[in-house]
Amino acid sequence: MSAIYILWLRELKKYSRSRAQIIASMGQPLLYLLVLGFGLGPVFEKAGSGNYRQFISPGIMGMTVLFTSVFSGIALLWDRQFGFLKETLVAPVPRIQVMIGRTLGGATVAMIQGTLIVIVCLLVGFRPVSLAMVPLGFVFLGLIATVFAALGTAIGSSLQDMQGFQLIMNFLVLPIFFLSGALFPLNNLPKALAVVTALDPLSYGVDGLRATLIGVSHFGAVTDAVVLVCVAAALLCLGAWRFSKIEI
Amino acid sequence: MEPSMIRVENLIKKFGDLTAVNDVSFDVQKGEIFAFLGPNGAGKTTTIKVLTTLLKPTSGSVELDGLNPVSHHNEARKAFGIVFQDPSLDQDLTAWENMNLHGVLYHVPSKIRRERTETLMKLFELWEKRDTVVKQFSGGMKRRLEIARGFLHTPKILFLDEPTLGLDPQSRNQLWTHVKHLNETERVTVFLTTHYMDEADRVAHRIAVIDHGRIVAMGTSQELKQQTNTESLEGAFLALTGSSIREESAGSADQLRQMARMFRR
Repeated sequence: MSAIYILWLRELKKYSRSRAQIIASMGQPLLYLLVLGFGLGPVFEKAGSGNYRQFISPGIMGMTVLFTSVFSGIALLWDRQFGFLKETLVAPVPRIQVMIGRTLGGATVAMIQGTLIVIVCLLVGFRPVSLAMVPLGFVFLGLIATVFAALGTAIGSSLQDMQGFQLIMNFLVLPIFFLSGALFPLNNLPKALAVVTALDPLSYGVDGLRATLIGVSHFGAVTDAVVLVCVAAALLCLGAWRFSKIEI
Repeated sequence: MEPSMIRVENLIKKFGDLTAVNDVSFDVQKGEIFAFLGPNGAGKTTTIKVLTTLLKPTSGSVELDGLNPVSHHNEARKAFGIVFQDPSLDQDLTAWENMNLHGVLYHVPSKIRRERTETLMKLFELWEKRDTVVKQFSGGMKRRLEIARGFLHTPKILFLDEPTLGLDPQSRNQLWTHVKHLNETERVTVFLTTHYMDEADRVAHRIAVIDHGRIVAMGTSQELKQQTNTESLEGAFLALTGSSIREESAGSADQLRQMARMFRR
């Protein structure tokens, strides 16, 4: 247990020491929130779908958590490069504990980053419909963080070097974001798109956030939670398996 | 006779078609300083990786303090400390945090952890810099910290894979003085590899010369010189391994490191 704790703490320390990075990683969500939020707002409202800023805020929260948690998993590559990974692999600690410590650390960092974006959303006018439901919203943020930190660990364990990184970014992480309904409602989509969005785990995360924060849902909050828990369990197993296969 | 701390019998490690370690056998006694010398790509690091549970042997048997690192890796891992060929510190943490993290991973009780960290950091002249982030350390300081860290959990065996690579003569000298001192006071068995013959000559009780994955000679420095009719260990080494230069392909970690260097520029 102490090994899990110290590796979790390490992730938090590294995060809190990279202030420039914290600020930099706020840039993209802010752009989406402000530019799309205000830019597409009037159109969205004319179409009779309500306030767009209110609608995309949960999407942007989901996106922030997605990016931060996947990257924290891929940071495994840096540890491989700077050698620290070896230190943990020769330590008398089962690999599964090393993997869990890192993944939980990454998920926690993503939660903190997500919370910062929640605050930013509140500042630009986002209002949750019910305060009582807000803690449940954080449960969904936590689920998203766990799912994608585990995915990041699985990817980070499988890549040998940074060359695969762009590939993962463009063909996995960005599609997960764009196909999740973070930016548009999932109702009345063309058949093909409806199928793809239903296969994207982030769809359920964002939907769960909307269900709890703005009272709008496509799949239903219970379905969202069940799907996320199952996917998280599956990805944690995948991550643990990939991590156990690392050879240096 | 002292019990053997490291026992390797008919070790073979293959990577696809390449045989990196080809039927190697040797014994290292408790309290001994044993040097593994060989040209680049001779199989030194591969042997260390097998001994330290990072790689599984293709065939042959390995024992550390009577434990098989393949079947009992967690017990075996507690028995040794290692300083890798390339750095393995967390650059974003302070020196003290690196030591502490290591101590926790090796289940060193917190009181002993603190005391031993202080003793070792003072010995390696790092105590004043304990709260400095490792990123700001010089190459020599990083090496010293890694060696101090390797000793933290009082291992029975210490592996040093080219620990003095890239260090100035002062740091090298000081480093070996410390290692010798700890070998004498704590009876740590030391298994080292190096390219500097004078270092092996100075600290090692016994030396094995490995080339193309095979041990070509083993004995004290004196015996190796006699065996080859040479004046110096360097002469003996060249007589045993020839003078052709070895090709070694860069692993993915090296490539990654090169790329990172490009980014930083």
